[in-house]
Amino acid sequence: MDHNGQIPGPGARSVGKPRARPLSPHMQIWRWTITMAASITHRATGIALAGGTLFLVWWLIAAASGPEAYAVFARVAGNPVGQVILFGLVWSLAFHLLNGIRHLAWDIGYGFKMSTSRLTAALVYVFSLLLAAGTFAIGLMVRAGLGL
Amino acid sequence: MNDTRLRTPLGRIEGLGSAKTGTIHFWQQRLTAAALVPLSVWFVASALAYVGAEQGAVAAFFAEPVEAILMFLFIVAAVHHMSLGLQVIIEDYVHKEGSKIALIALNRFACWGIGAAAGFALLKLAVGAPA
Repeated sequence: MDHNGQIPGPGARSVGKPRARPLSPHMQIWRWTITMAASITHRATGIALAGGTLFLVWWLIAAASGPEAYAVFARVAGNPVGQVILFGLVWSLAFHLLNGIRHLAWDIGYGFKMSTSRLTAALVYVFSLLLAAGTFAIGLMVRAGLGL
Repeated sequence: MNDTRLRTPLGRIEGLGSAKTGTIHFWQQRLTAAALVPLSVWFVASALAYVGAEQGAVAAFFAEPVEAILMFLFIVAAVHHMSLGLQVIIEDYVHKEGSKIALIALNRFACWGIGAAAGFALLKLAVGAPA
């Protein structure tokens, strides 16, 4: 007990000596749920998109540098490895965008019911894949000269 | 203040109160997110039209005032959103104070370095001499 006659609770601090506090169970203990998967995927796609900005910067610098530099970028973006990376980035953006809208809806107070939250998580997975596939298909059509 | 029940003795004697800026990270993350919804849709739609295009066509696109301004906004919002998001990840997983502060600083430098490179390229495309 301290000088107020209170038992120091978990919030009590003593200078320079952190108390050992109870920790929440670690991630691997929990059963996987779709809401948890969506949360982890949101973070993972965010990291992927951060890496994707390097691709974006390369595109802009190549365009600003002239035809030769741009041709190098176009060759890398067009080869199979570049295409796989690009599809990954397109899907990451689709997922992060749709799930981000889900987050913004929560921020203004909508969609908290467990059933709603599970449904919107599933919808984000389905529609992000459709959106990414559709976007990529249009890209391939444009490249093949079929136009928009 | 009569908040003796909720504050710890140390908290009371320090008397610091709130730092008044606790929500700025949260708010800017949301503000940039809201801005990025239309901006990223615009960006992808624009970029799609130039798949496989020549360098000259891409350069001409960014020489248009409206396109250059939208691209500038997209870069600023994306870089700021990215730096805030990556910082939260660092804060979640790096618990050693020194490493945490160093990584947070490094993150800001790296993100705005990327932003500056993108911004400079865009500036060159928008107002520079035609390549």
